Formats: sequence, structure tokens, C-alpha cells
Amino acid sequence: MKTVTRAPSGALERDTARARPAEQTRPGWRTGLAGAMKRYGPYAEAALGAVTAIGMLLTIWAALVYAPTDLIEGPVQRIFYIHVPMAWLAYLAFFLVAAASVMYLITRDDRWDWFARANAEIGAVFTTFVLITGSLWGKSFWGAWWVWDARLTTTLILWFIYVVYLVVRSFWGRTAQGARNAAVYGILAFFVVPINYEAVTWWRTLHPSEVLPLGGTPQLPPAMVIALLLSLGAFTLLFAFLLLQVYRLERAQATVERLRAQLEEE
Amino acid sequence: MRLAWGQLWAIVGKDLRLELRTRQVWMSMGVFALLALLIFSFAFDLRVENKAAVGPGALWVAFIFASMLGLGRNIAAEQERGPMDRLLLCPVDRTVIYLAKVIGNVIFIGVVEAVALPVFAALYDLPIITGLIVLITLLGTIGIAAVGVIFSALAANTRAREFLLPLLVFPIIIPVVLGSVRATEALVNPIHGDPPWLGLIIAFDIICLSVSAILFQFVVEE
Repeated sequence: MKTVTRAPSGALERDTARARPAEQTRPGWRTGLAGAMKRYGPYAEAALGAVTAIGMLLTIWAALVYAPTDLIEGPVQRIFYIHVPMAWLAYLAFFLVAAASVMYLITRDDRWDWFARANAEIGAVFTTFVLITGSLWGKSFWGAWWVWDARLTTTLILWFIYVVYLVVRSFWGRTAQGARNAAVYGILAFFVVPINYEAVTWWRTLHPSEVLPLGGTPQLPPAMVIALLLSLGAFTLLFAFLLLQVYRLERAQATVERLRAQLEEE
Repeated sequence: MRLAWGQLWAIVGKDLRLELRTRQVWMSMGVFALLALLIFSFAFDLRVENKAAVGPGALWVAFIFASMLGLGRNIAAEQERGPMDRLLLCPVDRTVIYLAKVIGNVIFIGVVEAVALPVFAALYDLPIITGLIVLITLLGTIGIAAVGVIFSALAANTRAREFLLPLLVFPIIIPVVLGSVRATEALVNPIHGDPPWLGLIIAFDIICLSVSAILFQFVVEE
């Protein structure tokens, strides 16, 4: 088995060729970190999972019980504690896709590509939930599932960009060319999104304005802010936990394809 | 610098000469744009009161679909006949190749638009033939070509490239669509206090051209 993984052949071999020897031969903190990761990694991950689960349960309690009912919007406002953190994390994932794409083009390390892909997948799922929860709220408050408001439209476009990213990646396969192509698309898309937002804002806007104005006094009662911050923390943990899982899945799939390619060669 | 200019015009000239020999892409794009305008006039009820609202949209959808056709054929032809590989072997900077392709495509699409615009003005009976429409069309076309050239190069080395191209391009060029349609609408029906749509298209063009010019080298890398 070991001889198979070591035998260098093709572009997909790059990740092991670059990552493994560095960990094995170079002494210092890198080796120590890799060793520590190997030894304590599973425990740390289980702990992260447990904390995430507790955080999500706390969020459900805070959103449904702890936070006061909104006077104007009624109970439906409670969807906001799920909607807002997911939206923020979806935007973060989008930024991370672009950043990882830049890093991939500079370093040509497949791990950046896996990271970009994992972020795109989770970002797509989160954006989907943002659109669904937003629609539910909109149906109750605006009386329509969808309105062509600036932020809604930008989020919808973002969702399309993610979906296209994932669709074309499945066409390009796990090749170096495919990874480069995806990186180029991810970076260009990132630069266009602000212009997009500006364009759609000029077009029309309806979305409730920012809830936590920077520097000013929050418009929300403290209990609502606490519930929001709690759910933001819990969702960030969830995001990190999912990212770890999907990243590992990407790595495993890349390894499988590399091994399959080698078997076909022999 | 002067060398780069020479190379730029040499590539543009080569593409134009190739196209002038067969005229396939021009013909198909032009006929397609006119057909799209015809279909739109059936799809929407073009009475006096709503044609000013529908017309600019129909015009730009026709332009964009025709551009997709042109961009797709352009790169497919490059791949089949193989001049792209030979071009990459030349000691020419990748940025120059990218810019040459953008200029070439702006000219291709521009010729089609120059034919389609008067026909559109006549069919829809809208007073849009002014100096400003040339500027709007030019800026919008540069935006479409800037994104289209790099994405058709991305789609070129895949199976199913014809349908990947619009998939890649459409979510990205939404600012151009919005900007050009609104700017064209303002020609027909001027609204006071309209946002500066032309400025938006210019910003889009500059950002897309510069980012793509840098990124193009990674797309054509062997």
C-alpha cells in the first residue's frame, strides 16, 4: 500500500509530494504540530462537535424561549436568529473561497483547492437556508415569498455563483487544470459581487436595515442581542465543524481518484 | 510597450482576417440577434404604452445571447483548428493575448450590434439612435467581452463547453445587464435623478478587464 502512495505519477501526486516530506523530514514546530494534530486531533474534533451541539441547543432555547417576542413582527421574528448568522457565514465562506483560490494560484498546493471547495459547498448550503428562512419571514411580514430587494437579489446571485461553481467543478474534475479554472472563477466572482450589490441597490431596496449599527447604540433590546450573539457563535462553530468534515472528504476523494488513476496506469 | 502594441494589433488583425474569410460567426450572430428581436415582439405585447419599458430589455437580451453564440464559436474554432496553441508558443505576453481577444470580440459583437440597432429602432419604433447609445453599447459590450473571453477559455477545455459558457457568464455580468438596460431606458424615457448607470458599467469594465488580464495566464497554462 505504501509503495503505491509513494510512487510519484501525474499532477495529482503533488499534494503528497509537497505535504508529506515536509512533515516528516523538517524538524521544528511543524513536525511537532503535525504530531500533536495526529495524536489529539480526533479528541479536539469530538470536543468541537460536542460544543457545537450544545451551542445549537442553547441557540434553539435562546431563539424560542429566552428572546422576547417582537411587538411588530410577532413570533416570526425569531427566525432572525437563524437567518442572520447563516447569512454572515455564507458571505464569509464566499470570501474564503476567493482567498483560498488566490493562495492556490500562488502556492499550487492542492490543500488550498480542497479548502476552497469545502467552503463553496458549505456556503451554497448556508445560502440556500438563508433564502428559505428569508422567504418564510417575508411571506409572513411582507405577504410575499420573494421581493426584488437589493439584498435578497444579491444573495440570490451569490447562490447562483456558488451553484455554478460547484456544477462546473464537477465538469472539470479533479485535475490541476480544473483547480486553476475554479480558482479563476472564484476570484473574478468575488470582485464582481460589490458592483453587483451597488447595481441592485440602485435598482431597488426593501430589506430591513442593519440590526447592529457599528459605533451606534443597538436598536435591539439586550436580550435579543445576546440571543443573536449566542446563535452567531454556535453557527460559527457549526461552520468550522462542517468545514473540517467536508475538507477531509475532499482530501479522501482526491486520494481515491489518485489511487484509481494509478491502478489504471498499471 | 511598442512591441506589445504591435503584437496586440497583429492578433486582432489575424482574428478579423480569419473571420472575414468565412463570415460564419458574424452571419450566425447577426441572424440570431434579429431573430431574438422578432421573437420578443411576439412574446411581449408591444403596444405604445409598454414598449418603452420592454424594448431596452429585449434589445440587451438579444445582444447578450448573440454575444454568447459568438464567444462560444470563437473559442471552439480556436480549439478545433489549433491556432491557440501556436499563439501560446509565440513569445507574446498572456495579457496581450487576452486583451487582443477582448478587442476582437468587441469588434465582432459591435458589428452585429450596429446592424441590429437600426432594425430594433424600426421594429419597436423607439427613438434610441443617438450618440449616447453608441457609448452605452460600446461599454456594455466591453463588459460582456471582458468576462466572456476569459470564461470561454475556461469552458474551452471541457466537454459540454457550449452550455457551460452561459452558465459561467450570466451570474457575473448582471451589473452590465442592469446598467445597460437602465441606461438605454433612460434614453427612451428620461427619469430625473437616475443613478449614474454608465459609471457603474465603466467600473465593472475596469475591474473585470484588469482582474481577468492578470488571471488569464492561469487559464491557458499548460
